Amino acid sequence: MTTATARISRPGQATAKTLRNKASRQRALDWARRAPLLPALIFLIIVTQLPFVVTLIISFLNWNSLSPGTTGFAGFENYVTVLTDPDLRQAIFTTVILTVSVVLASLVIGLGLALLLDKKFIGRGLARTLLIAPFLVVPVAAALIWKHALLNPVYGLINGVLTWVWSLFGSDTPPQLDLLSQAPLMAVIISLVWQWTPFMMLILLAGLQSRPMDTVEAAQMDGATPWAIFRHLTLPHLRQYLELGGLLGAIYIVQNFDAVFTLTSGGLGTANLPYAIYQTFYFANEYGLASAAGVVVVIGTILVATFALRTVFSLFKKEAAR
Amino acid sequence: MSTLSPATARTTPEKSSPPAVIRRRGKSRMDPTRNNTAAGIAAWLLALLFATPVLWMILTSFHSETDAATNPPSVAANLTVDAYKEFFGESSGVSPWPSLINSATASILSTVLVLVLAIPAAYALSIRPVKKWTDVMFFFLSTKMMPVVAAILPLYLFAKTVGALDNIWFLILMYTSMNLPIAVWMMRSFLAEVPVEMLEAAQIDGANLILTLRKVIAPVAMPGIAATALICFIFSWNELLLARVLTGVVAGTAPVFLTGFVSSQGLFLAKVCAAAVVISLPVLFAGFAAQDKLVQGLSLGAVK
Repeated sequence: MTTATARISRPGQATAKTLRNKASRQRALDWARRAPLLPALIFLIIVTQLPFVVTLIISFLNWNSLSPGTTGFAGFENYVTVLTDPDLRQAIFTTVILTVSVVLASLVIGLGLALLLDKKFIGRGLARTLLIAPFLVVPVAAALIWKHALLNPVYGLINGVLTWVWSLFGSDTPPQLDLLSQAPLMAVIISLVWQWTPFMMLILLAGLQSRPMDTVEAAQMDGATPWAIFRHLTLPHLRQYLELGGLLGAIYIVQNFDAVFTLTSGGLGTANLPYAIYQTFYFANEYGLASAAGVVVVIGTILVATFALRTVFSLFKKEAAR
Repeated sequence: MSTLSPATARTTPEKSSPPAVIRRRGKSRMDPTRNNTAAGIAAWLLALLFATPVLWMILTSFHSETDAATNPPSVAANLTVDAYKEFFGESSGVSPWPSLINSATASILSTVLVLVLAIPAAYALSIRPVKKWTDVMFFFLSTKMMPVVAAILPLYLFAKTVGALDNIWFLILMYTSMNLPIAVWMMRSFLAEVPVEMLEAAQIDGANLILTLRKVIAPVAMPGIAATALICFIFSWNELLLARVLTGVVAGTAPVFLTGFVSSQGLFLAKVCAAAVVISLPVLFAGFAAQDKLVQGLSLGAVK
């Protein structure tokens, strides 16, 4: 349409008309640019934003599907329950402990592994492949292996190795661990650290390998100790990679459901918020309460995500400025 | 081989001319003369420690149930494929195939949908970017930061109302939305690697859109698109919460099938390990196939 009118209009005709044509053509061009974006954008708004709005609405309702007569407006009652109910408060606490400890431990171990893999040695490629393997086991399968094959108090590998080592020294009373019932949260943390360390290692290794080597070599020439080089050159360079790994990891681990569900079924103080919410709506049918807890998770995630976005944004701006 | 290099590095300076020394120094990472053997041994020990659960899972899956459950462990017990036969339902008659097929259907079709939606979107965010394209990027990312639990109840109620519970297509749509933001980010970073000069040259030569896509963009972006697809496949294949809530006997996926092993059932360790191996195999293959681009993909393109 617009191109047709533009072709008809000859030079010397009313300038207002050509200007208008120009503007509408520009608008058409803008829409042509936007067109490839729209399907993805619209799909995502419908499937993710709309349900969250509904969650927000339900969170203010008193709604238990088992007692349909009592459904009604509840105000902030559900939120008060989320923050005062001992089980849900415990779930908030567990979520924080779980996320922080898994992220920190896997970052520290991942950093150590990345520093080792940054050096040349025999079979480095194979060692790297072995180290990535934990990240490539289906999370439920990994949790099952930890639960039954490694941590089982009777025939798990960990107690098996303890028995074997003690028998080498002639002892038939080896110490036997039962992490799953004595420190279940620790069991969940260990299995998650095992799965997430490779992720951190890969990001930090990429960071190490993008390090400008000339400054490191200059420092070596000047007689700087390896620790001084690490402390003053490597670590500052790695900072944004540490932040990126930590925050991406945090976003995934806050949402963890598989490990808690499989290893401990949320028992003995290991139920984190995703698991507690699942219980609240799937088994207790407390729709209003579950929604309020969901909104609390979102608020918590937004707090973490604000930092995450800032980090990703700084790396991103650098790239966009190229 | 590489342990020899420190020695050669130490001897060459005396023999060869100074420029060669400088070149050698400039190329090598870190100080090549020290610590490499120690670092190599440490790295190998840790790599074996980290891989032990995986290797133990594989070994146990080839043991008989009685050999699998011993303390101390029977490392050298006879190998057998009984556990795999059991997993595929030889005596129980419960076959894992429907759940494996459901998982394959959900993962592959949702990945295809993700690519169909994400490639044009990434094009409009990198090659011919819309105004305020960074804002759009961060909107995509922010949807990923919303935990699944915060939206799952309305989705469950909706599926229940329209009769889409236990329907693989509903799950496919959910996985598409779960992976779309990540895919857009990954894909944008891969498309951004197409050199601007090449695009301009194609335009000057009068190449149309299809030709530009085929001859200029595809060759550069193809490995990235493949890696994105593999990573989306892995995320869908691994997913448990949505599948657990939204599917049942008909559309249940492999992770849902695995949850049947959560509580102990007598001597079943070898069978659990066989199940874990079989269900993890596609992810291991996809992961190692994408290994070169794994970091860039998982860091959403922020790390190269």
